[in-house]
Amino acid sequence: MSDPAVPADTPSSAAAVPPAGRGRAPRSPMAPPQSFLWIRRIGLTFLGIFTAIPLYVMISSSLKPLGDVQAAFRWIPTRLTISPYIDMWSTVPLAHYFWNSVIVATCSTAISVVIAVLAAYAVSRYRFFGRRIFTVTVLSTQMFPGILFLLPLFLIFVNIGNSTGIQLSDTRLGLIITYLTFTLPFSVWMMVGYFDSIPRELDEAAAVDGNGPIGALLRVVVPAAVPGIVTVAVYSFMTAWGEVLFASVMTDDSTRTLAVGLRNYASQNDVYWNQIMAASLVVSVPVVAGFLLLQRYLVAGLTAGSVK
Amino acid sequence: MAAATELRPPAAPEAPAPRRRPLSWARVKRAGLPYLLLLPAVCFELLVHVVPMVVGIWISFKQLTEFFIRNWGAAPSAGLNNYRFALDFNNAVGSELLHSFGITCAYTVLVVLLSWFLGTGAAILLQDPFRGRGVLRTYFLVPYALPAYAAAITWEFMFQRDDGMLNHVLTQLHLTSSGNEPFWLLGNNSFAALVVTAVWRTWPFAFLVVTAGLQNIPGDLYEAAAIDGAGVWQRIRRITMPSLRPVNQVLVLVLFLWNFNDFNTPYVLFGSAAPPQANLVSLQIYDTSFQNWNFGSGSAMSVLLLLFLLLVTAVYLVLTSRGRKADV
Repeated sequence: MSDPAVPADTPSSAAAVPPAGRGRAPRSPMAPPQSFLWIRRIGLTFLGIFTAIPLYVMISSSLKPLGDVQAAFRWIPTRLTISPYIDMWSTVPLAHYFWNSVIVATCSTAISVVIAVLAAYAVSRYRFFGRRIFTVTVLSTQMFPGILFLLPLFLIFVNIGNSTGIQLSDTRLGLIITYLTFTLPFSVWMMVGYFDSIPRELDEAAAVDGNGPIGALLRVVVPAAVPGIVTVAVYSFMTAWGEVLFASVMTDDSTRTLAVGLRNYASQNDVYWNQIMAASLVVSVPVVAGFLLLQRYLVAGLTAGSVK
Repeated sequence: MAAATELRPPAAPEAPAPRRRPLSWARVKRAGLPYLLLLPAVCFELLVHVVPMVVGIWISFKQLTEFFIRNWGAAPSAGLNNYRFALDFNNAVGSELLHSFGITCAYTVLVVLLSWFLGTGAAILLQDPFRGRGVLRTYFLVPYALPAYAAAITWEFMFQRDDGMLNHVLTQLHLTSSGNEPFWLLGNNSFAALVVTAVWRTWPFAFLVVTAGLQNIPGDLYEAAAIDGAGVWQRIRRITMPSLRPVNQVLVLVLFLWNFNDFNTPYVLFGSAAPPQANLVSLQIYDTSFQNWNFGSGSAMSVLLLLFLLLVTAVYLVLTSRGRKADV
């Protein structure tokens, strides 16, 4: 009856919903029947295990010595070691990749959030010529394949470098610019949805208090939109942190980000799977923790923004 | 909505003001404000989207190979040859593109369906409060929050032939004998490996969106239905699913576009040389451009891909919006 993976018991779920029409039936009509409860247990257990397996493999393998990950797989590690977590920094320049990822993801996020707040305020609060063209462009470019922008941007960067000497390909600045191709439209789109959900009476109250439009934006609307801004920032950061396509073309050894750098654990003779798993875990922790902590905001932001 | 705050730029000739009033500096400033706010966004949009797209279309009509990368002005014109080449299914390039297009369609349909089903199912099963619900809701989001490459690289490890988890389990279950284990990242199995990895990463997004959508359904709707004698399944069919339609319309489209353009999962799983059975279109274009250094051909393929996606999106929106008010 009691399932360890799914702590679902009938009394608590029945008690949580308000008892309606109690006199008619022995059980509350809102209480789910046994069949539903069993499907819930089985379904959630399945999804729980499906989700857990790679996470478990990642964690357990990161604690095994190299010999054990190269031998047949074992669920329970026989020898535990933390040496992968130490060795991973010297096998490849992981700290360097980490730093590159931090800079690129932070800068592209910051730029797109600032631009998006300004643009979204204009789109949300004013009706002006070109508004529709702008929103449609932003909305559609968000859906375009990244490869469509990658080829021309690569060639533009190479040719700019060739004719003016300003290096953009293989630099962090170049990567930051290319990352705006996906962080910017997403941020604008989400921010417009979020600003639309903030009552205009707030702006009017700010105007009564003697603020101009910019004052109203900075003093009233932006503080009210903090959850939306946080959503957009976390989301942009996550996408930039996990991006592979642009990073694989636009970086060289000195500007390599984590997304591409992790491949270097595979040398010609050995694949350091335990160190790969350790490194994957370490680079995932910041974004996963940030995402899960802000999950409440994210759901609110998604409801207001993309799912209107 | 909120007509009181609607401002029209009286100075702009395209939008004639209802009454002609004298032009004052204050009014010009007011009308110009939205454009000023929009200026940085427009500049960056031009820089990262519009200009590259125009350049991309221009390149697709050029014979831009490795000899001209540093000096693209000298690249000879190719006319429509790049397109003809990509669409000529009798030669190697065209038939490979067609093949990877088919693979991508199958992959996208499978991943979208499975992710939608798992995500919606989980969201509905977690709709009523019970002990542990909050923990599960957070826990299910972990695969989505994980960086794409970390997830894919872990699956790559699990799919290894000799030291991977999957073959270990299959051997334990006597579904395969040791020394005879299947390859998961080569041949026909690679397609299944790709789909499983993608679904693992994608379904939590569907779950997140549907969960958000469920919160907008008023609870008294369920209570009223329950009092009328509707069981839990009927409530799901008659209330939950119809209420989720607008959410699903956006969700399915977004899932479709993401997965059709997916590059991260196959690239991390297989490297740039994916087995033909799992060679998605974006990987194919990537190879054409950066392995074979044929940017003209690669650009033509990207333009074709874009046209296809635009067509599908337009048809999809027309079909699903019938009877619904378009509100973008």
